[in-house]
Amino acid sequence: MSYTIQGETGEWEVVCGLEIHAQVLSKSKLFSGAATAFGADPNSQVSFVDAGFPGMLPVINEECIAQAVRTGLGLNAKINLWSRFDRKNYFYADLPQGYQISQYAHPIVGEGVVEITLGDGSVKRIGITRLHLEQDAGKSQHDQHPAKSFIDLNRSGVALMEIVSEPDIRSPEEAGAYLAKIRQITRYLGTCDGNMDEGSMRADVNVSVRRPGEEFRTRCEVKNVNSVRFVMQAVEAEARRQIEIWESGGTVEQETRLFDTARGVTRSMRSKEDAHDYRYFPDPDLPPLVFTQDWVDQLKATLPELPDARRARYIALGLSPYDAHVLTIERETATYFEAVLGPEGGTRRDAKTVANWLTGDVFGHLNKRGLAIEESPVGPAALAELLDLMADKTINGKIAKDVLEIMFEEGKGAAAIVDERGLRQVVDTGAIEAAVDAVLANNAGQVAQYRGGKAGLFGFFVGQTMKAMGGKGNPALVNEVLKAKLGEPGG
Amino acid sequence: MMRATDLTIAEGLSALDKREISAVELTEAFLAGIERLNPRLNAYITVAGESALASARASDARRAKGEAGPLEGIPLGIKDLFATEGLRTTAASRILGEFVPPYESTVSAQLKRDGAVFLGKLNLDEFAMGSSNLTSAFGGVENPWSRANDPEKRLVPGGSSGGSAAAVAARLAMGATATDTGGSIRQPAAFCGIAGIKPTYGRCSRWGIVAFASSLDQAGPVARSVEDCAILLRSMAGHDPKDSTSANLPVPDFAAACGRSVKGLRIGVPAEYTLPGLAPEIEALWQQGLDWLKQQGAEIVPISLPHTKYALPTYYVVAPAEASSNLARYDGVRYGLRVTERDSDLRDLYERTRAAGFGAEVRRRIMIGTYVLSAGYYDAYYLKAQKVRALIARDFTQAWEKVDAIVTPATPSAAFPMDEKQDDPVTMYLNDVFTVTANLAGLPGLAVPAGLDGQGLPLGLQVIGRPFDEETVFAVGAALERAANFTAKPQVMA
Repeated sequence: MSYTIQGETGEWEVVCGLEIHAQVLSKSKLFSGAATAFGADPNSQVSFVDAGFPGMLPVINEECIAQAVRTGLGLNAKINLWSRFDRKNYFYADLPQGYQISQYAHPIVGEGVVEITLGDGSVKRIGITRLHLEQDAGKSQHDQHPAKSFIDLNRSGVALMEIVSEPDIRSPEEAGAYLAKIRQITRYLGTCDGNMDEGSMRADVNVSVRRPGEEFRTRCEVKNVNSVRFVMQAVEAEARRQIEIWESGGTVEQETRLFDTARGVTRSMRSKEDAHDYRYFPDPDLPPLVFTQDWVDQLKATLPELPDARRARYIALGLSPYDAHVLTIERETATYFEAVLGPEGGTRRDAKTVANWLTGDVFGHLNKRGLAIEESPVGPAALAELLDLMADKTINGKIAKDVLEIMFEEGKGAAAIVDERGLRQVVDTGAIEAAVDAVLANNAGQVAQYRGGKAGLFGFFVGQTMKAMGGKGNPALVNEVLKAKLGEPGG
Repeated sequence: MMRATDLTIAEGLSALDKREISAVELTEAFLAGIERLNPRLNAYITVAGESALASARASDARRAKGEAGPLEGIPLGIKDLFATEGLRTTAASRILGEFVPPYESTVSAQLKRDGAVFLGKLNLDEFAMGSSNLTSAFGGVENPWSRANDPEKRLVPGGSSGGSAAAVAARLAMGATATDTGGSIRQPAAFCGIAGIKPTYGRCSRWGIVAFASSLDQAGPVARSVEDCAILLRSMAGHDPKDSTSANLPVPDFAAACGRSVKGLRIGVPAEYTLPGLAPEIEALWQQGLDWLKQQGAEIVPISLPHTKYALPTYYVVAPAEASSNLARYDGVRYGLRVTERDSDLRDLYERTRAAGFGAEVRRRIMIGTYVLSAGYYDAYYLKAQKVRALIARDFTQAWEKVDAIVTPATPSAAFPMDEKQDDPVTMYLNDVFTVTANLAGLPGLAVPAGLDGQGLPLGLQVIGRPFDEETVFAVGAALERAANFTAKPQVMA
């Protein structure tokens, strides 16, 4: 079912494309040796190159190039073995050189495609136009002093990847899913940490509307949107604004807008007439960027498995598409899952059981504590130990849940807890028979009712027996003994 | 013994080595000359007397310990476009204010490494934009040479490395660093009767040199002999990982190449360099130079460089375009001059600072460069210029199939008066007509003093070579120098 917005004069389709700015995960900046860590003291990670001092020259950081190529490979995109850096000229106080070094005419990565999965389970392909490398600017702070603006150049020169999509997106949901997908891919690849609240990833959202089947109409660009939720809101707010203009007989003007997250509306930043003339030209300080297909192939050979491939593999292991999706959203979750699962050809645990415990109980405990999976006090090895105790029938499932809780609280191992507290499952049929005999003797009335045809009472006897055994009875054996001693209901 | 300031670098090194003179004595002699003549010539913007003497003492100590470097104790001047750590660097512009770099340019650092003593920072056209040294915010430089029939008429030393050339000619430095974007080493060297080489683009690191036009700028030495240039270039050159355009090639022994015979070398004479209206004495000198080479066994080969006539217009699109971007960083925000009023906003700060900080010629080139890069004009100017530049380079590539070096006049005229009316900037731009092609094609070009004009002013010849074949250029240059036996001296001299 395609997404449309019902206007006063009929249905409107939304057309959207995203430009995602992703900070390259690297120790140093794109053209200088300065560090890139977030949250350092202002102007503490600035080289003379980043500050635009006289005679300073840029030198390409090879690691940033490799990261861009890895990302391009993750986007199933064409890698350009020849690309070039251009200067984008404009004046601003936090742009020390008076130009940004970017790749305007010849980006390092060309066309590609990613698949997004929507809420109804359908899969849609979104085209990638290009990915190029560029430097970030510094940061201006206008609210620190009544009469002065402060400049922090820590970000100046940090490497960004700008990932430009085709205008293939047709709804807020698709826009959100696409951004989430790019974030997921780059986090899997380790090429961007995707920390949107630290500004490591942000999106410029291009939106237009049209009558279904029409050609594209004028678009507006909503700058610097910094969460999946805001992207979805911005697409809808901007689409509705444009529909209102068209329906009232007006014309949408091409312009740059900002999303006001507090009020949920977009507002004008600058019109097309005020647009800068950036006077792009090839940066004469940097020769063209040239590398070999061999080098690309080497990078490709060392790429980690990407989320789509991993999800398919999990489905092949017997997981539901939903579980496979949940386990692959974050690379860390999948890593945890596979650590519990055990290596192929080694001790392999049951995938479905591991998935159930991870997405159910473990996620529950983590959520309660506000922890990410990589911060879990119960690591993959500890969970595996617990699941093994269940698998070899040392404990049953109910006891296992209790043991997991203790593990989260006390940080001890499952076997230690089971031994310490005597939680070992009772598999001795003699002991179970004795417990069952006692339960049947004490509940003669219920026994009579059961035998008289009230089959539903079987669960009552199981519960009473388990209770009498402190929960440690092997459920299968308890069932077996009860069935033998009670006989068939109504029999 | 001859006067210390008259020694060439080769002679100076020998005298120092034989302990006939110390680095301190040598430095003192030059500082004395500077003190006496710089007020008139204005070749130095900053004289670093104390630090020069301290360097000289350290140099003598190293030599005493047997640790002498290849330039141990040689007093040099540094064009004020090279960043010098702890020593004010102005680019001859007001906009840098009292900027003192916290770093040393690669080229000057290598000269220091090899034992050179820095006497101070030399005057130049503002941001190296000019052919007269008249655009300097620190005033023009006077050429130590003057006309025989009008000795009071003060002449320009050429530019942009006017301070470097004048200082070396007047014996206020043994040699000097310079830079050349369109002829800024070769034209002033020719005007001042000394030698100067612009090496192949990429031979010397540009790191720490205030940028004018990045794809054309190249550092090189000026000195009183071709061999001295060769000695200096060996220290200045070499791969620098901090400059992505620096060539990763070994540095040959250039001085050794000065002794090579030119026998059998094919010397190209481009037809297009015979400009209509070229002064007969320059044409005659050119012919004389070719004859000298022929006499030493070289073969003279007429060649064609058909796109030569487009070189100047191409240069005056490419260089200002790059300059307009390179000079954007001088904005009053982080260092250098800042001019504001009480209520200045950012835009006002930019406008006031840049209006006050840049001189007329720099402003003109920023405007030209901004224009040719503008939307709608880029293809017609910048892109077209890049295409023509490729054709000019191809002309040379084809010529190298037939010849080993090319010899041309260095300049279309001798030095002109400082007070000559300069109402047409294009006339000034014509000074670079013979030199600019080597920049556009990235080739080495050497200017050699070869004779005097009718007024007794020096004239130079230019030798252009294949990329990274400075050795042949030095060989041809030294051959011309030997034949010319240029012994004339300027009127003003330490």
